Amino acid sequence: MREALQRGLREALDGNPNVYLMGEDIGAYGGAYAITAGFIDEYGPERIRDVPISENTFVGAAIGSAIGGLRPIVEFMSISFSLLAFDQMINIGAAIRYMSGGQFKVPIVIRAPTGSGIQLAATHSHAFENWLASVPGFRVVAPTTPYDALGLLRSALAEDNPVIMAEHVSLYGRRGEVPDDRYTVPIGKADVKLAGSDITLVAFAHGVVTAFEVADKLKERGIAAEVIDLRSLRPLDMDTILKSIAKTNRVALIDDNWRTGGMMAEVSAQISEQGFDLLDGPVARVGGDDVPAPYSRPLEQLVIPDSDRVIQAIQKTYGI
Amino acid sequence: MITEVTMPSMGADMTEGAVARWLKKEGDAVKRGEILAEIETDKAVVEMEAYGSGVLRKIVVTEGKKVRVGELIAYIGDPSDALPAAAGKPRAEPAATKPEAPRPAAPSAARAPETARQPEAPAAAERPASADDGDRIKASPVAKKLAEQHGVDLATVTGTGPGGRITRDDVEAAAKSGSRPASAPAAAPAPAPAPALAASGETVQLTSMRQAIARVTVRSKTQIPHFYVTAAVDMTEAMKVRKQLNDALEPEKIRVSVNDFVIRAAVVALKKYPKFNSFFEGDKLVGHAQINIGIAIALEAGLIVPAVLGCQSKSLKEIAVSARALGEKARSGKLTQEELTGATFSTSNLGMFDVDQFVAIIVPPQSGILAVGRVTKTPVVKNDQIVIAEILKATVSVDHRVADGAEAAVFLGEVKKALENPISLLV
Repeated sequence: MREALQRGLREALDGNPNVYLMGEDIGAYGGAYAITAGFIDEYGPERIRDVPISENTFVGAAIGSAIGGLRPIVEFMSISFSLLAFDQMINIGAAIRYMSGGQFKVPIVIRAPTGSGIQLAATHSHAFENWLASVPGFRVVAPTTPYDALGLLRSALAEDNPVIMAEHVSLYGRRGEVPDDRYTVPIGKADVKLAGSDITLVAFAHGVVTAFEVADKLKERGIAAEVIDLRSLRPLDMDTILKSIAKTNRVALIDDNWRTGGMMAEVSAQISEQGFDLLDGPVARVGGDDVPAPYSRPLEQLVIPDSDRVIQAIQKTYGI
Repeated sequence: MITEVTMPSMGADMTEGAVARWLKKEGDAVKRGEILAEIETDKAVVEMEAYGSGVLRKIVVTEGKKVRVGELIAYIGDPSDALPAAAGKPRAEPAATKPEAPRPAAPSAARAPETARQPEAPAAAERPASADDGDRIKASPVAKKLAEQHGVDLATVTGTGPGGRITRDDVEAAAKSGSRPASAPAAAPAPAPAPALAASGETVQLTSMRQAIARVTVRSKTQIPHFYVTAAVDMTEAMKVRKQLNDALEPEKIRVSVNDFVIRAAVVALKKYPKFNSFFEGDKLVGHAQINIGIAIALEAGLIVPAVLGCQSKSLKEIAVSARALGEKARSGKLTQEELTGATFSTSNLGMFDVDQFVAIIVPPQSGILAVGRVTKTPVVKNDQIVIAEILKATVSVDHRVADGAEAAVFLGEVKKALENPISLLV
């Protein structure tokens, strides 16, 4: 996935002189996750801008430059640090187009490594994409595959609204086919990653990996699971989910992140609002434990739901 | 005193039943032992006696509505006593508190003849005093929607989901097996003739009995993996013995039929291979001390398979007498519920229609059925000579969950051996 993102960023930099990158340690250091390794040599410090530890300031600057006609791509070291920039992101970035009656557009892409699983402890393992997905004015995407990462980045760079791209830290090394052509993946469209008829599994980012493990285990028992990758958290593609549940009548929602008020709480609520008559039982929702991310590897793995936990929830809910 | 009348269990595998007809109205005086209602099971319509005396205070379950065994269907009691608060609302049993099918470990032995007269026995004790969620039928949204589309009454469906929830699959199964409220109000105790199609293109309403036959056979063929083994049996000796026997029994006006020989031979084989006299129950086989041989009887209204009870200790002559009596009771609608539902293994005979051989459908929860055709003179090779023998073709249908082909072959071989050495049937 790292290479797919690099390809997308290079295309943007090559194709549009108004595109520039900004973030902490993205220049000489090459980025906390080495996404921009070597970029500073290719594009120079004007376009690959290292910034001090001052999130609210540099995000504010980026938003201002976007309003002024540039196309900034901002990288947070961690979505945990986005907390410091919520004022600029939400009060200005998400609202100014509306408040100005459409006079100002904010064509900015904010890339944010998110999630846990690589022992970065409580202050560097947050996943706030669900919070951001509750903000009108934002587009929020969370790719699982290299293909989707590149396709969504291309779509994000064609958007006139702020797009948050939540990149799960455990997926950067994930491999997958990426065609050579200039395809795009539309924002706001979920993807049926595996077709099945007996139960719908809805997940995003690393949760999709878990969903595939669940599907494999269910298959051994003759149960065909359908795996839906949300890809976009805002707008949320409920049509694809409901269409699937109409077929399977059962649904399990998988979320690595804190369960309470998590992304799947919203999905679950909308299913009950729009798909009540399709259901053969309550929604089975599996989320991460409501604790600060542990540093200890065994403990960290324990709080992230694995396939067995999902299967238990499915058995408890549907008796299958 | 108010007595609860609950849906009686009319057989080991009965889980639900419907009141085909109430013979008393609310307010009518009822004496203990009087016929209160006719209960329709999957297999037959059986009369239910009143357990207590008093007044039929309230009918809780209307005619045609299916309810689970043990569920409240009416109240009998003194006119002055107050009915319980929940009276009038049929309750769905919370499945978690109630075994799915109350089935004694050895059904035939444990089933007392008065089962029908102890309506309050099993369920009343198990029902929670305050049936909090008992008033509500728990069904998933999609199950409710499907039930509406298929016209399935959810009160007649047993939920298999967590907490007894009725699921999509439960409704689909019910729709498939035609588990709907019987719209025909009642079948007479002595079954009425099945309506005949007067002209092609006409549609007729099936009787409760025909609907029951449909349900049982579909259940059998969809749940029991049948397989069939056929053998030709040389009945030459048996036919001679039969003639001698009938001549001897002439003064007693007893006639032993070929079918009686077949039943007796089946009993001999079942004693040796008791597996075929057991019921398959998920992860176990439940064997029976008694051998009750069901006999398929074609009535005008449809097929029934009542049993000659206790065949393990009956002689050929006793079997002949019992089988004849059974046929007469079947035709006059006087079968007891034990005879109707107590068979542990069955036989079917189409020999009188000049059929050579056929295969029969197992009657659940039994494990096998023996189907025989006519006895016919056939050229056979014996000691390299072509001779004429009286040949009967016997086909046993077996539940593959219970026994394999080789075992069925050995079992059928035992039937054949017994019939070909008829003296063994006389001892």
